[in-house]
Amino acid sequence: MLLVFAMVAGLWGIGMAMGAPKSARWTMIAVLYVAVLGVQLAFPPEHQLVVATGGSLAMWLMIGAALAVVLGYSTMLQKLRLKADAKVQDEAQESAAQELFSETELNRYARHIVLRELGGLGQKKLKDAKVLVVGAGGLGSPVLLYLAASGVGTIAVVDDDVVDNSNLQRQVIHKDEAIGTPKVLSAAEAMTAQNPFVTVVPYPRRLTEEDAAEIIGDYDLVLDGTDNFETRYLVNEVCVAQGKPLISGALSQWEGQLSVFDPASGTPCYQCIFPEAPAPGIAPSCSEAGVVGPLPGVVGTMMAAEAIKVITGAGAALRGEMMIYDALWGETRKIGLKPRSDCPTCGGKNT
Amino acid sequence: MKIVLNGEAREVAATDLAGLLAECGFSGRVATSLNEDFVPAGLRAAQTLTDGDRVEVVAPMQGG
Ligand SMILES: [Zn+2]
Repeated sequence: MLLVFAMVAGLWGIGMAMGAPKSARWTMIAVLYVAVLGVQLAFPPEHQLVVATGGSLAMWLMIGAALAVVLGYSTMLQKLRLKADAKVQDEAQESAAQELFSETELNRYARHIVLRELGGLGQKKLKDAKVLVVGAGGLGSPVLLYLAASGVGTIAVVDDDVVDNSNLQRQVIHKDEAIGTPKVLSAAEAMTAQNPFVTVVPYPRRLTEEDAAEIIGDYDLVLDGTDNFETRYLVNEVCVAQGKPLISGALSQWEGQLSVFDPASGTPCYQCIFPEAPAPGIAPSCSEAGVVGPLPGVVGTMMAAEAIKVITGAGAALRGEMMIYDALWGETRKIGLKPRSDCPTCGGKNT
Repeated sequence: MKIVLNGEAREVAATDLAGLLAECGFSGRVATSLNEDFVPAGLRAAQTLTDGDRVEVVAPMQGG
């Protein structure tokens, strides 16, 4: 009997030394067990082999049965535990989603919720987010539509313009019948028509030195797709002062650029990169230079994707990098950006 | 020397970044990067160029 236990120990030790998996070692032991049973059956009880291996078939059967019960029970426990752990994780995601969302919303955002990087918690972050979009023009169109469709809970939009016939070649959020109405109202209507579960706050005005801080103060993230340098520098200044991330996009003719300026997390600000606006007349506006229709669609959609990453923390946003998209040659290029210690806005705090 | 300027191969005479901007007719108010690294305006004159460098000159754009 001791001989058998010694052989079991031997098999286990050799298996371990050879790096055999546990299952292979248990198989060897099972083979040994069957051999021992065979010996008890095949030889008379006085036989040397039978005596050496314990001398009783009944006893070996009982040992085998006991072992089988113990093994079966522990595997079952282990499986139950794994299942319970997975369930707890799923439930955390699901309950986060269910507390906040109706059945219809859960269904609407299902393609987000299945994404590992977003999930129910990411969708909840989107719903809790308060985002300000400056400009409801070319870039604003896809930004606003995609933020609304994605379920960003509160979306404010500021613009003082009215929809013009010549906007409609690229500003896809506005309809022909909206010509003459304020862009923020036309945009708000399109957004709530697309997704009635989001709140849209329209500001039909131009941001000014006087009210920019107060308006931006109500939001956690700003996207700038405005059409003039004064507003770009103003929005940058206020965002730096309030430590809010700024997703900035701009374009001309066939080329667009975007970056996430977030000095609070170590990146440069807009003015670190572009210290001064070009002299008036040097950098043309869309009306002067022209712009290819889908270009704001591409760049604005990239801005919306950056917003989802900034809000949920998924992946890596374009912090400290500028993406340049050249539609004419179908090229995207990325350059690294650094804070500038003589920047009058952020003082290059992060240099 | 041969460099790549805004994604396009160019033969230039300039040997530093400031000289390159002048040679290619860029005004001062642009952002520049050399081999994907940002070079602030103040360091352009000291930034020498070598064959095969990738230079990006980014003008601020106001279009939205
Ligand atoms: Zn700065």
